[in-house]
Amino acid sequence: MSEAGAPRAGAVRYPVVAPGVGDFRGASATEPAAHWKATAAGERLVPTHCCFCGVQCGMYLRVTEGRVIGVEPRNHDINKLRLCPKGVSAYQQVHHPDRLLSPLMRDTRDGPLHLVSWEAALDRIVSEIQRIQSRYGRDAFGVLGGASMTTEKTYLMGKFARVALRTRHIDYNGRLCMVSAAAANKKAFGIDRAGNPWADLLETEVIMVAGTNIAECFPVAMQYFWGARDRGAKLVVVDPRETAMARTADEHVALRPGTDAAFYNGLLHVIVRDGLTDERFIAEHTVGWEAVRDTVAAYTPERVGEICGLDPRQIQRVAHLWGRAGRCWAAHGRGLEQHFQGVENVLSCINVSLATGQLGRPGAGYGTLTGQGNGQGGREHGQKSDMLPGGRDIENPEHRAYVAGVWGIDEADLPPKGTSMPEMIWQMAAGEIRGLLGMCNNPFVSLPNQAVVRAGYEALEFHVQSDFFLSETAARADVVLPSTVWAEDEGLVTNGEGRVIKYNKAVEPPGEARTDWQILCELARRLGAGDKFPFRSPAEILDELRVASKGGVADYYGITYEKVEATGGVFWPCPTLDHPGTPRPFEGGRFYHPDGKARFHAVEWRPPAEPPDQAFPLRLTTGRTVAHFLSGNQTRRLPGLVEQTPRPWVEVHPSLGFADGDPVRVVTRRGAVTYPALVTEAIRPDTVFVPYHWAGPIAANLLTIDALDPISKMPEFKVCACRIERGQAVDPVPEPPMPPGQRPYQPETAPLGDPRPPTSPQGRGTAEP
Amino acid sequence: MMGTTLFIDPGRCIGCQACVAACRECDSHRGKSMIHLDYIDPGRTAAAMPTVCMHCEDPVAPCAEVCPADAILVTADGVVQEAAKERCIGCGNCVDACPFGVPKLDVAEMLQYKCDLCYDRTSVGLAPMCATVCPTGAIFYGSVEELEADRPGAQAVDVFRFGEAEVRTGCAVVAPDTFAGPVPGGM
Repeated sequence: MSEAGAPRAGAVRYPVVAPGVGDFRGASATEPAAHWKATAAGERLVPTHCCFCGVQCGMYLRVTEGRVIGVEPRNHDINKLRLCPKGVSAYQQVHHPDRLLSPLMRDTRDGPLHLVSWEAALDRIVSEIQRIQSRYGRDAFGVLGGASMTTEKTYLMGKFARVALRTRHIDYNGRLCMVSAAAANKKAFGIDRAGNPWADLLETEVIMVAGTNIAECFPVAMQYFWGARDRGAKLVVVDPRETAMARTADEHVALRPGTDAAFYNGLLHVIVRDGLTDERFIAEHTVGWEAVRDTVAAYTPERVGEICGLDPRQIQRVAHLWGRAGRCWAAHGRGLEQHFQGVENVLSCINVSLATGQLGRPGAGYGTLTGQGNGQGGREHGQKSDMLPGGRDIENPEHRAYVAGVWGIDEADLPPKGTSMPEMIWQMAAGEIRGLLGMCNNPFVSLPNQAVVRAGYEALEFHVQSDFFLSETAARADVVLPSTVWAEDEGLVTNGEGRVIKYNKAVEPPGEARTDWQILCELARRLGAGDKFPFRSPAEILDELRVASKGGVADYYGITYEKVEATGGVFWPCPTLDHPGTPRPFEGGRFYHPDGKARFHAVEWRPPAEPPDQAFPLRLTTGRTVAHFLSGNQTRRLPGLVEQTPRPWVEVHPSLGFADGDPVRVVTRRGAVTYPALVTEAIRPDTVFVPYHWAGPIAANLLTIDALDPISKMPEFKVCACRIERGQAVDPVPEPPMPPGQRPYQPETAPLGDPRPPTSPQGRGTAEP
Repeated sequence: MMGTTLFIDPGRCIGCQACVAACRECDSHRGKSMIHLDYIDPGRTAAAMPTVCMHCEDPVAPCAEVCPADAILVTADGVVQEAAKERCIGCGNCVDACPFGVPKLDVAEMLQYKCDLCYDRTSVGLAPMCATVCPTGAIFYGSVEELEADRPGAQAVDVFRFGEAEVRTGCAVVAPDTFAGPVPGGM
């Protein structure tokens, strides 16, 4: 542009394009943003992905002068430019004024946190680890990780625990998220992976989605579901609430929380009764059908209707819809999995897909929707108590020997299987675990039965936690280490499809913040294991991870940064460098048990751990809302998201006699919280719902039960018995924790004190005052 | 004549407010969203619908017609621009005149704000930010042919009736193909 034509400062923008030239009704919507990008002076667009859910939308971070100043949509194969409100707002974490910039420490367990140098913090951590392990044994120091970290970091967590600390006690927050699906997938298919890429959805005829509020938890995945419906697919949504997705579904199966296995058995009963099974698929590709067939014989539509609170005719309609279609897709989420019989619930769902041969073809799909960004990759490479890299089993001698060889240690020095995250909390209370390193988790919000969780942490002699905001859990730690957000490091993440993609580094960490892998390597060095942790970059960690996973089920050997960058992502298993990856692992009816066949598992429905009774006649279920993520530590400080949804509420049916905004006290055997009522017909009258992202006195997890699935050890977040009563006043939202002497960022709109519920479960309408 | 424009398809909207968050990101009104997102059936369903400026064309956009300061310009391409800051007197006439309730008045600044179809983006061939990020395609940017190819059975309607008056708009809403006649506007 010539100087004469340059716009004056402060001039109106539209003369930049001569009137009539830039006809908005002639412009293309799909071309890349090349011209526009080039005009933003001095701006760099860093291609990366979102830090939040398991969809892992591609995005560009706008970077100028070393600062992330915004987001620009990216036409990545997963999301095709689309983002949800969390994705749009994610970048606001990077330079947020509440970021932790230096280590904090308290000198005594009850003293105040104060600023401290890295040197002093690391000295304290190492001396406490050594003191506790020498006094109480190696297993007395535990490690808890998380699945929002890159795969490189999660790999290093497992190695750090087993090689540097040599403790058996390591687990991670996926225990609260994906483990029931993972365990069931391994039992049925011999592999813990989704069956198809989401693009396959566009070819399906019937979709059955159970226990997942996709519109709020995975909004950008909705394009695949709506796209399938545009092409004629029928939609069945199984959920006690009429979610935004269920609202227009062909069948909304509003069953009682805690009755899923009965529902699936009922479907299979009708499918068998009416001759809709795929006998050839069953014969050629499965084992164990007879026991399942015999079991479901007792699950007549009438009996199932009774158990689930459904019209028996709906069970038949759904069974016929599914059984008579050529290509069907089953998807599920935490609503099916977070149960006392979570693994069996998932198996009962898989039984339906297996019996009708609805697997391994375009349009014939199956998969869980992983909740965390790296929910999939974060559980495959060794931070889970019973697993080693590559999805290997820590109790299998061959697997142990292989990984010990890669790590250069004696197999006998590799600790045995540990315990699950909730069990570790109980062991903390019992004095079996005396010290804890926590990274990328916030159990003071996320674990059920908070009183027990608090007691566990209170009993610790030493607790170190890393995070980038001071989480509720970190605020109780003895040492807090400032770590990085996703935009300050690089590494791989595996999304819900099993597609491996890459985060790229946009800016340097602020202040003295360090990445979690740097922290682990430095601690290992000080603990005398530095030779096993010589890593100078995530790429070096990945190189070791690739070898450590080689030959395992979750084989990442053929996955490199270059390959991921050159494609839309690589689906594991990918065993060699020239292997294209495996988008459809069950193609051709091939499964990953030694005989190549899938396994049926006969499931008998069991009531929830705490069924309703006279004193607690209702069912409490919990879940997410679209503006917040998991424990809320990443979203409760971002102004736009807080404006959309400032506080939790309790969703109640009008028949329970409350009006919108009434203070309603939700009482369970574990606690009581008073929330504002959101009165809606879109929930079963026998069920109430509370979102779980908030902490302290308004935490939904003060109320939930810590009954665990016997196989996966996943807590039963999704149902417990409760009663509701008229409350005095709504419990206020506490401010997020801050280091001593600091106040949290106060946006202009600070609705934290607002006692009202949102207009709708998705938030407050923009017209609301 | 509908060329490349915005289509609002409320049947697909999940009320997530990605559009609202994206609109806040605009460099010309950072932190302020021009999108209205209403939960239109509260207490009964989770239904929601976004409202953007419909860029009225027939008759001339009512907001521009009533502006005493001639601050609201309609560019030759049909985009009804936001009130020019150097002309706007913050009288609020446009807020009262708009049949869709779109313009907002910032009473502290005494300035009008409204959706200008992301002129910085659309004038160089990019889709508006709301339509780019919308997870469900409830806000769609493209031609009516592209819309129909994407969604068989969808019908785009660009005529609204408010009492006796009919307004033809530059943006459109999607209705089932069985729907006939102008969209009844709320009063």
